Amino acid sequence: MVAGNETVSTAEGLGGRTLSRPSRLRTLLLGNRFQAGMVRMLLVYALLFFAAFLFLLPFYWMVNTALKPSNQVFTLPPTWIPKPAMWSNFLTAFTIQYETDPPVYNYALNTVIISVNGVIATIFSSALVAYAFARLEFPGKNVIFLGILSTLMIPFAVVMVPQFIIWRYLNWLDTLWPLMIPHWFGSAWNIFLLRQFFMTIPSEYDEAAYLDGASRWHIFIRIILPLSKPALAAVAVFAFVFFWNDFLGPLIILSTPENFTLTLFLANFNVAYRGTPWHLYMAAALIIILPCLILFFFSQNAFLKGITVTDLKG
Amino acid sequence: MATTGLTGSRGFWQSRRFRDAMVAYAFILPWVIGFILFVGGPIVASFVLSFFRWKMIAPPRFYGLTHYISMVTTDELFRTSIWVTFKFVLISVPIGQVLALGLALLLNQRVLLLGFWRSAFYLPAVVSGVAGSVIWVWMYHVELGIVNNGLALMGLEGRNWLFDRELVLGSLIVKSLWNIGIPMVIYLAALQGLPQQLYEAADIDGAGEGSKFLSITLPMLSPAIFFNVVMGIIAAVQTFAEPYVMTGGGPDNATLFLGLHLYQNAFHYLKMGYASAMAWIMFLLIFGLTVFQFGLAGRWVYYEGGTR
Repeated sequence: MVAGNETVSTAEGLGGRTLSRPSRLRTLLLGNRFQAGMVRMLLVYALLFFAAFLFLLPFYWMVNTALKPSNQVFTLPPTWIPKPAMWSNFLTAFTIQYETDPPVYNYALNTVIISVNGVIATIFSSALVAYAFARLEFPGKNVIFLGILSTLMIPFAVVMVPQFIIWRYLNWLDTLWPLMIPHWFGSAWNIFLLRQFFMTIPSEYDEAAYLDGASRWHIFIRIILPLSKPALAAVAVFAFVFFWNDFLGPLIILSTPENFTLTLFLANFNVAYRGTPWHLYMAAALIIILPCLILFFFSQNAFLKGITVTDLKG
Repeated sequence: MATTGLTGSRGFWQSRRFRDAMVAYAFILPWVIGFILFVGGPIVASFVLSFFRWKMIAPPRFYGLTHYISMVTTDELFRTSIWVTFKFVLISVPIGQVLALGLALLLNQRVLLLGFWRSAFYLPAVVSGVAGSVIWVWMYHVELGIVNNGLALMGLEGRNWLFDRELVLGSLIVKSLWNIGIPMVIYLAALQGLPQQLYEAADIDGAGEGSKFLSITLPMLSPAIFFNVVMGIIAAVQTFAEPYVMTGGGPDNATLFLGLHLYQNAFHYLKMGYASAMAWIMFLLIFGLTVFQFGLAGRWVYYEGGTR
């Protein structure tokens, strides 16, 4: 490497044209400080292929099983490509009904209600609070902001017992309300994320409106929110994935199958169907993760921005 | 004196500063209400409840420190769950961070199809929780799982990944490494934001790859590493869905995580007081680990500009 660089620099010193054949090959393979060598790039791609193979393997195994005809599920060695591919498994998994349990679309409906409410509630309430911290001055601002951030450390497990008792007292256990109402009060992480974004919007916009007599509320709704669409989209996709996958919340609140969400259905699948029909189990799992996968592909930028909009340098 | 005070305060009540402050408080009111109802209040309630014995049927009975004492003396499962959680955090977080950083470094090599690779590594992060656990139960299936069948193709003997008490925690750690998409993307963004002049200067000084990584890349990434480690620990201590779905805490309590033990005490045995005491221990564990991280941060986290 060092020797190669020396050869190149001497050759450059001689005008570049006299660059000898072996050292040109050497540069191609090992690179210099301006370009990566082929050996290095081969290694990079080999590692990428290997890692991507491992990361995608579970998806392959799920799809492979989900498409198997029922008589191929338990054959050994397993079939690596299902033949014929049973697309009807998805329909079966979605319409399957165990004894007196409700059909799967009932769980899907509950999950959609919780997720849509969660997204709207999170965006609106977090943006409201974030706006105050990004734009307004008030006594106790820094202390309260630190307080909000420190709630990130508080596990749901710590508050779930008293919350459970509150819902029980209100007679709201086994309803969707406890999974919807608490999200209308701002979530720490999203408040932080949106505050960081709001601070990047030039304050001339809202100062001008303020001097024209617009209220803070008006500025928030008409100026800040429309200018923050990318950040709001990021919050929305993260919130959706969170609520869609939420498990512990529904687990402690919901008890009758009519009120279950998809994650509860999936977690109980094994118990309900003895001698697990793995092809249907995987088909159900695939249907359940599909909205999040589709959302990811259509909003990759929002996802990636959402993660990285927060300036980590302090 | 009195008059000036009065007019002064009337001026204050009508000042823009005061009105702005009131507007600001109105804006943060939702958070304050939510905090009192769903976070702060419950934390205090948890603390109070932890000194009571309450199984939801009879009224609560004062129990003093009994819950905290029995955690150490009689409840062997509690000690097991603390140890399981600790082992999981201590192994999965460092390996996960090294892997996430490694993948981010690979993606930062100006590779073709960056979007494809990044999606492949990020995708599992949107499938966390129950669905991911279910997929991995099927991966680890003794006879039909791809892990053992893959090993068989290579002429290796399969293992009973989820039912062998020596292996099971390792199996859950491997599954957790599948979900490192978020820290990876944070590292990648941090790498892409590194100032190129530093590397050019190092090149002129004749620094090698290794020393550039150690003396430029790592220090410049340290805020991102710090952030990811803190968030990773907070998430790992709370691990719940994976043991609940994949092992039920078994075999032989080898994957009885603190979260699972707490859940079972609260909602299977309805020991609300005892579960609250455990919740407080969990909170102290996370708080302690986070404070510890912040304490160490001064020694190794480098902030550009050096104000912190």
